[in-house]
Parts: sequence; C-alpha cells; structure tokens
Amino acid sequence: MIKYALRRLLSTIPVMWIAVTASFFVLRLAPGGPFDGERPLPPVILKNLASHYNLDKPLIQQYLIYVGDLLRGDLGPSFASEDFTVAQQIMIGLPYTFTIGTAAFLIAIIVGVAVGCLGALYQNKAPDYILGALILVGVVLPNFLIAPILQLIFGIHLAWFPVGGWGDGSIKYLILPIVVLALPHAGRISRITRGSMIEVMNQNFIRTAKAKGIGPRLTVMRHALKPALMPVVSYLGPAASYLLTGSLVVESIFGLPGIGRYFVNAALNRDYGMVLGTVIFYMVLIVFLNLLVDIAYAWLDPKVRNR
Amino acid sequence: MNQFTKKFLASAMLGTLLAFSAHAATLNIHNGGDPQSLDPQKLSGDWENRIAGDIFEGLVTEDAKDNPVPGQAESWTISPDGKVYTFKLRDGIKWSDGQPVTAGDFVFAFQRLVDPKNAADYAYLQFTIKNAEKINKGEITDFNQLGVKAIDDKTLEITLENPTPYFLNALMHYTAYPLPKHVVEAKGQDWVKIGNIVTNGPYKPVEWVPGSHVTTVKNDQWYGTKDLKIDGAKFFVLEDQEAALKRYRAGEFDIMTDFPTDQYEWMKKNLPGQAHVAPFSGLYYYVVNSQKPPFSDKRVRQALSMAINREVIGPQILGTGELPAYSWVPPGTANYGEPAYVSWKDLPYKDKVAEAKKLLAEAGFGPDKPLHAVLSYNTNDNHKRIAVAIASMWKPLGVDVELVNAETKVHYDQMQRGQVEIGRAGWLADYNDPDNFLNLLVTGVQMNYGRWSNPDYDKMIKEGNAETDLKKRAEIFKKAEQLALDESAALPIYYYVSKNVVSPKIEGFVDNIQDIHRTRWLSMKE
Repeated sequence: MIKYALRRLLSTIPVMWIAVTASFFVLRLAPGGPFDGERPLPPVILKNLASHYNLDKPLIQQYLIYVGDLLRGDLGPSFASEDFTVAQQIMIGLPYTFTIGTAAFLIAIIVGVAVGCLGALYQNKAPDYILGALILVGVVLPNFLIAPILQLIFGIHLAWFPVGGWGDGSIKYLILPIVVLALPHAGRISRITRGSMIEVMNQNFIRTAKAKGIGPRLTVMRHALKPALMPVVSYLGPAASYLLTGSLVVESIFGLPGIGRYFVNAALNRDYGMVLGTVIFYMVLIVFLNLLVDIAYAWLDPKVRNR
Repeated sequence: MNQFTKKFLASAMLGTLLAFSAHAATLNIHNGGDPQSLDPQKLSGDWENRIAGDIFEGLVTEDAKDNPVPGQAESWTISPDGKVYTFKLRDGIKWSDGQPVTAGDFVFAFQRLVDPKNAADYAYLQFTIKNAEKINKGEITDFNQLGVKAIDDKTLEITLENPTPYFLNALMHYTAYPLPKHVVEAKGQDWVKIGNIVTNGPYKPVEWVPGSHVTTVKNDQWYGTKDLKIDGAKFFVLEDQEAALKRYRAGEFDIMTDFPTDQYEWMKKNLPGQAHVAPFSGLYYYVVNSQKPPFSDKRVRQALSMAINREVIGPQILGTGELPAYSWVPPGTANYGEPAYVSWKDLPYKDKVAEAKKLLAEAGFGPDKPLHAVLSYNTNDNHKRIAVAIASMWKPLGVDVELVNAETKVHYDQMQRGQVEIGRAGWLADYNDPDNFLNLLVTGVQMNYGRWSNPDYDKMIKEGNAETDLKKRAEIFKKAEQLALDESAALPIYYYVSKNVVSPKIEGFVDNIQDIHRTRWLSMKE
C-alpha cells in the first residue's frame, strides 16, 4: 500500500511540472500586465518595477528563475501585497480556510449521510419527500443567494450571529459561513447516499440479513452502510478539495481572510507569483486528497486492497 | 506544536484580546480593498491612504476639511522665487519607539522614494523636487543632489525644479511621509512588519490580518495624543458592498467608505442622514481616439459630446445624483476658482441633439450613412449601464455603437496602446490642483488615452506651471481648459461623488473634495 502510494505520488511530478509550465506561459500571454490600471505609471517607474521583479528579462530566463526558486521552496513575491511573499500569504490564509472548510466538510458528511439513509429507509414516504425537498433547496440555491438571506435573518433581524468577519474566531462567527459552505455538499452527499443505499438494500445479502430477523437499523449500520458509502467516498475527494481550498463567494461575502479569494483576485491583478503559487498549492492538495480517497476506498472494499 | 498551529493560535488569541480591549472608542471602518503594504512608498489606493494617513504624518497634514495645516513641521517659509521651502520641525516630535523624528528622516525618506531600486509606484508625484526625476531615471546616481537637505535636525530645506503652487498639497500625500531611518536600516524590507514598524502619526498599527483587517491604537509618542477622542481603529477588508452594508446595519461597522448605489434610495429612507454623498475631486469621462478618422474630426467628437444627456446619468442611471460635467476640471478644485465650461452647456437638450446632428451631417454622417463606433469599458455594472444609455443617446444621430467590455487590466492596456475608438476612463485627483486634471490632455502624457494633441494647449500648461502668481496661473489654465473643451479633446460626463455611510454616533466627519477623513478629527458618542 505504501509502495502504491509512493508510486502515485511520484507519477504526479511530471503532471505538476507541466501544469506549472503551462500556467507560467499562459499567464504571461494574457493581455494586460501586473502594473496596468486606471493610473498608468510613468515609463521610468515601470522600468524600475520590471527590473525589481525580473520582468525585464527574457521570458525563458524568467521561467528558469521561477523554477529554480520553486525547487528551493520559494514561491516568490506577490505584486499585490508587497509586505508578504506568496508562501507567507498562503500560510496566513490557510488556518482560516481550513477551519471553515473542515467543519463544513464534516457537517456535510454527517448530515448528508444521515439524511440520505433516512430517505432510503423511508423511500417514497413522507420523511423522504420532506427531507428531499429541504435538501434540494441547499443544492439548487447558490451560496451567493443563501448567504445574504442567512445574514439578513440571523445576523440583522434576529441578531443571533455576527453578519461577517472572523472576530475572535469564536463559534458564533463561524456558524453562518460553515452552514452556507456545507449546505450544497450535504445535499449532494444525501442524494448519492440515498440512491446507493436503495440499491444496496435490494441486494441478496441484505435480504438474507432481514430473513435472519435482524432489525432495519442494525441491517443498515452493520451490513448496508459500508458498501453504500463507496460512491460517497468518490465524491469526497473533489468536495474536500473544494472546501479546503476555500470559497471565493463565501469568503468575500463574510469578509473572511481565507485563501479562497486569492486565485481569482491574483488572476485579475496579473499577480503572476500569487497565481502560480495558488495553482501549485491546489495541485498538491488535490493530489494528497485523492490519495486519501484511494486509501479510504481500499479500507471500504477489500477487493481494491488486494489489487 | 508546529509553526502553522502556533501562528493560528497566536492570531486567535490576539483577536480575542483585541476584541476584549475593543470598546466604544474603537472605530470600525469598512475600508474596501486589502492594503498592498503599510510602507507609504508602496501604496497606490485610497483604502491604503486611509490607514497610512492615520499612522504617519508628513511635514504638512490635512484638517477635517482637507486643508493643509502644519503637521510634523510647525512652520515654513517660501523663497521669493517660489522654489525653496524651508521647514521648521516641531519640538519633541518622536517615532512610536520614542526616537526623535529629525530632518534626516525626511531626507532619508525622499531619497528612498526616488531610488530606482525601491521601484515606488508613486515616486513621480514628487518629481517637482529638484533632480528627483533624474535620480529616479538613473541619470544622477548621487542622491545628495536631490533637492531635499537637512540644515540641522530641526530644519529641512526642499528645493524645487520650478515654482509649484500646489507643492504644500503634494506634501500631504503619503509619498512625502518621513520614514524611521534607524528601523529601515536595521530591519531592511521587514521594517514594515507588525512588531518592527515604527510610525510618527497619531496612531500605530498593532495587527494586520491580510484579507481581514488592520488594527491601530493610539501612538503615545505623537504630540497631540491627549486630544485624540478615538482610541484606535479597525480597517476592515471587504470588497462586497452589499455584505458591507449588512454588517453596517448590524452595527459591526461605524463607517462605510462606499456603498452600493442601488441602495441609496433605501438608505435615505431607512438610515436617514447616514449616507453622505458629496462632490469629490474626480471626473468620469470618455476618451475619443483623435488620431483615428473619423474621430480625428473635431465635429464628430463634439457631436458625440453634445448628444450625451448628462442630466439623467447621475440621478437616474446611477441613482446617487452625480453632477453632470461640462468642464474638465471639477468645480471646487483649489488654486482655480470656477472652471471653464463647454460653450453649449446651457442649451436645452433637444437643441444640443439638433446641433449634434448638424455637426455629424457636416462631417458626412447621418441616418443614411451611420457612424460605426466601438465603445469600450472595463467590466463593471455602472460602466455598462452608462455605456448602454449613452449608446441609446447617440442612436438618434445615426451612430451605430458596438459595446465592448474587458477586465480592467486589459481595458487600460488597450487604451494605452491606442487600440480603442471610444473608451471609458476616470480620474481621481492625487492633489487638489487643476494641473492634476489638465495634465491628462498634454501631448505624450500616458493618461492621454485619446492622444489629442495641441501645441498651444501644451504651451499654456507649461506656462501656467511656471507662473508663481496663483491668479495669473489660474487664468492661463482656464484658457487652456477652454481650448480643450472647444476642441472636444475628450468627453467629460460627470464629476465623481464620495459615498460614505457614517453612523449617527460618529462626530466630526466633514465631507470634503478629496474624501479624506482622518480618525484624529473624529469622536464617538457613547
């Protein structure tokens, strides 16, 4: 298993190199530069800035400098935030994004699986319809719509929670963003769980278990849940990478200092270092999460383990 | 415990401590964007200026109405030729670490500003100082030749290239703030990090969470600390204005520095007296590529300008009542008086349209031979609304408009390359003087996106800037402005307004043309 994991990790290196190289050159080909804006800078200032950031060197030389720095673990400077390097900014934003993302991820799994199981057990009955309708709201409504509604109800009218900000990091500041982030994923997980659980519950080994007189609760917990979770696990990889890399919308609306907004803002600002830094960070995270999903698969399905 | 966890816990603990220490006298300001730096020589945005102007102070500073008043200098004299300024520093001024602020700190800061290695975006704002531009260009390498000299610790002499009537206003700008030489030399680039940074303003920064906020507290070493009514401020990063308004309504912000225009009517009814909309030293305009036929024809440009119904844009399209612009320099600009206006300003709109049709017909265009024009703007709902409205205003003239939008970087890149026919632009004054606007139309200036060129205009601007008599200077400038307006060098559309929302518990907030409101002038009702 360790060998398999190492082989998987090594095989990602060429992919990552291609992605970094492609991102580097595509970014430079995009029209507009990091110092273009409403107030054009005089040529002398632009020259000084270009020299300061090595942008006056031939593109291939800039690339070699970047790759050289990268191999030494240096993600370089950010043009839009001069007091912090790209690596420093990512390290500053990560704890916030991870806190919110992890909580939303766990809540999405717990709520999604529970609702999905209930839906399957009460298939086409009232609880299934009611939960299904509620969960549909979470899936269908985009978070840029849900967030302001929750802010208005729970922040302004009821004044139960702060409308935004990180504050002192206490739970009251985190509840609304976590709910907004978790809701669509909980919805999708519940739909996947429900479908998968219905399929599993119709299989022979479950019928045998029922024939033996095992109650429905025990049947689900002991026999049906594990195989029914296989498709859910497949979904968890992308869901985790989405949640743990932060959400531009949620962080913007709630004014959270996470890393979700970095990529888009950096791309708009032509902040080359920050764009590449976030691309690399996301890639590493996705590779790592996919590896975890594979391990979870192996744990759930002995056939995978023995392959 | 790894570094990551430590940082996270430290930040959470500091946040908790600050939350407990925060009481009624902490000002919570919705500040918009994330600051690029706390180093005043690395800034370029108004959201950064709000913080920098609270934590640093120049020789001259601004009062609540944004007029120049003595800052670190208690007095100054100007030589008869208007070129040499001699500043006397206040007694006992100190950095926040207790070290004295000396004339040498100003010399150090100005030399660092123009040092090409420092690559300061806004160094050009101080190019009026002798040899500043040459040093920045690398033509002079001896920094001692910069026109900034410390006569002694308390006396600073600044020599200019030419007499510059707005120089005291330019000294209020953050590019003219002193820097703590002893800290910058000891810490290098890290001098500006929280824990290292030393400032000389009424407040000092104690926390910066990128993407969230900057926190300041009173600087006990500042000469006027005992008069400060606000203990400190939190400048919040939040670019989503709708979300910011919700936080303001929930009492989480005391001041918003911008608001969604479509909420203005709602705010007037539901937050009476809290939304401040005031004239602002800025101009929203369209450039027309005067190097490209048929836009090189003055009649075409004038027809396009005359057919814009400016009276409806502020009240109806934007909803915040921006005033229609018929001049190039916004009214109320210092050292100027009443600006020059287009000759057809007071004609009824239908007469303007009739005249515009006539001019276009003379230029060879009309319903039978429509003028095709590409109107480019940077992506933004308001720019789009205005572009659509103006395109419909031009339609009766037989102008067939193609709207093109692009993100800001691309739009301005194309504007600078002269690749647009008609393009949206805007200008906010860096310093309160007509030169800051008139300079936009000088031949060869980068911001002259329409590439309009007139030697007489260029000559008058140069002459005006060399004139020390403010009255005569204003007369020369006004002639130049009139010439540009007669030629329809560009199409002024509206003067910007500042848009703040101020809680009723805040006192001392005075609307002003530069939209600068330093915390030191504010107080808070319990």
